Amino acid sequence: MGSRKKTILKLSGAVAAMYLFSFLLVPLYDVFCDITGLNGKVTQTTNAESSISIEGREIGLQFISHNNAGMPWTFKPSKEVTKIKTGTMYEATFYAKNTTNEMMVGRAVNSVAPTNAKDYIKKIECFCFAEGIELMPGEEILLPIKMVVDNELPSNIKNIVLSYTIFDSNLEKKIIMDHDGDHAGS
Amino acid sequence: MSAVIENHHNEHDHHGPAKGLKRWFYTTNHKDIGTLYLWFSFAMFLIGGAMAMIIRAELFQPGMQIVEPEFYNQMITLHGLIMIFGGVMPAFVGLANWLVPMMIGAPDMALPRMNNLSFWILPFAFFVLLSSLFMEGGAPNFGWTFYAPLSTTYAPPSTTFFIFSVHIMGASSIMGSINVIVTIMNMRAPGMGLMKMPLFVWSWLITAYLLIAVMPVLAGAVTMMLMDIHFGTSFFNAAGGGDPVLFQHIFWFFGHPEVYIMILPAFGIVSHIIETFSRKQLFGYSSMVWAMLSIAILSFVVWAHHMFTVGMPLAAELFFMWSTMLIAVPTGVKVFNWIATMFKGSITFETPMLFACAFVVLFTLGGFSGLMLAITPADFQYHDTYFVVAHFHYVLVPGAIFSIMAAVYYWIPKWTGNMYDERLGRLHFWLSFIGVNVTFFPQHFIGLAGMPRRVPDYALQFADWNMVSTAGAFLFGFSQVFFLFIVIKTVMGGKQATDQVWEGARGLEWTVDSPAPYHTFSIPPKVS
Repeated sequence: MGSRKKTILKLSGAVAAMYLFSFLLVPLYDVFCDITGLNGKVTQTTNAESSISIEGREIGLQFISHNNAGMPWTFKPSKEVTKIKTGTMYEATFYAKNTTNEMMVGRAVNSVAPTNAKDYIKKIECFCFAEGIELMPGEEILLPIKMVVDNELPSNIKNIVLSYTIFDSNLEKKIIMDHDGDHAGS
Repeated sequence: MSAVIENHHNEHDHHGPAKGLKRWFYTTNHKDIGTLYLWFSFAMFLIGGAMAMIIRAELFQPGMQIVEPEFYNQMITLHGLIMIFGGVMPAFVGLANWLVPMMIGAPDMALPRMNNLSFWILPFAFFVLLSSLFMEGGAPNFGWTFYAPLSTTYAPPSTTFFIFSVHIMGASSIMGSINVIVTIMNMRAPGMGLMKMPLFVWSWLITAYLLIAVMPVLAGAVTMMLMDIHFGTSFFNAAGGGDPVLFQHIFWFFGHPEVYIMILPAFGIVSHIIETFSRKQLFGYSSMVWAMLSIAILSFVVWAHHMFTVGMPLAAELFFMWSTMLIAVPTGVKVFNWIATMFKGSITFETPMLFACAFVVLFTLGGFSGLMLAITPADFQYHDTYFVVAHFHYVLVPGAIFSIMAAVYYWIPKWTGNMYDERLGRLHFWLSFIGVNVTFFPQHFIGLAGMPRRVPDYALQFADWNMVSTAGAFLFGFSQVFFLFIVIKTVMGGKQATDQVWEGARGLEWTVDSPAPYHTFSIPPKVS
């Protein structure tokens, strides 16, 4: 009987552990992606100055922007395609405008192609690091990016694409409110 | 394996079952609970099947004919959820309840009251799930894989009920598998070492461990959904710093072991049946055990082959492609062993054997299309097409479900004491066999030609094969009503079955009376 209780306890422990593990997958996923660069997100670097050195080779740089479904803002890069030199500081801007009649909070998520270029892009400043970009009705803003591409960039990479998607941070709330609105209407 | 049994018929010691409905509500008897599970899964199989008929009827011709697209999506979602969590899984748990104690010479399951609880919460789970059909906004409509943000940001309000019902199903499965493991680890008859256990018991031991490992992860995934919907978290919401791709990883970390949960017990069943009707000892017992163990372990490192097109780097695509293909090795060992068992055996083709042979052939076919899907570059063409639908229906219908039907025909004489009608059984087999192939084989073609899955309407060039597929589906569907008739007829009466039932059958369950008495092995048998 004793060993039966022990088996039950062990198995219940395993169930609890696996439940916790499922939540542990969330930070693990972020850490894993960060180490391997799998989802192509560039995070803020503090040691970007070390990458600024002699002027390296010329590479193509392209900025693209997306609006997530239901995001009404105007959101686009000030300059879409450009040539830069590795090893030098580059500054770019994105233009954003809240086209609605209410205050909105947006959030930009970045991605790099090809993904293995990710480790060589050092961003000192990017609006994509901010947790929320707040814009009043009709307000316009120029969003800054300050970055260096390291000289060590593999020689087979000749072009880098930086993609930014803007999300409506309050979309969830709005959909729920729409549901309530439907109920009131019907 | 031989066994010396002392048959004890001391009825004065044992009370029989209680009378009336109370028997079923209060029962802690493993045979009663097994019966409840099996009838419940049959009911769910017919409900899920009716939904499949609605889906196929709508797809009979291109254009919208019978249902609204919104309702069609709800049917697709509920059909998948009900067949997996209500049909296949409870059927295997029911078989485990009936057979595991009898096969290892134990008097009952280790935790009989928890056994009662784990069954009786299931009807409530499915009541909650099905009731969402009548709620405002309709039932869940995002497919059985409930990918975020379809199941969070854009989900109907009834999703909360869906989450609740998945939690209950998970709790039921977890309790059931703890029960199975404790029974197998602690209650085997003296002399029955692990490597002497019947293969069905082995397959369930491994399945139960898989369930314990992944059902909590499913519970975690739906909990995160619940928090995203109601408590303002952003696990899967990019606008809040989350990631919808994370949902797919967590889901398939549960989902891939889950598909093996639905096939491992089938491996056990088919091994017993092929052994019996070939009148030979099973070829390669220990390699069968090791093959199941390796399949179970590999199932944890292949999940991302469901999401090749999500935008993974080359290294990950290669890893998941190769690890997936590796699973073909232990599976090939099993198929080889089944064929080697039949080789030079004196085979007869009673209904269970017909279903088991069809299982080996058609499951292998489903395995091959799985291999095709595992080839990453090719998967970009096959992904989310009817080819995938054909693949997983081949491994689940003539795979898992045929094995359950084979098991019912094989053990029903032991359960009821009556032989089923062999003529009707064979007729049922041939109708099902033809039905299943006519339904799902053409779906390979329309899938390769590019018809996407989960659509209520399709381009004209897919019309002919869809019509064939629908005809097959209705043949298959109605032959299962015929199966219901055969089962009821057998329960009501029939030729008295002998204790041995099948000439070549081995194992402790055949040493007890037919029908199996309410209490068996109160005194453990000796296994040598």
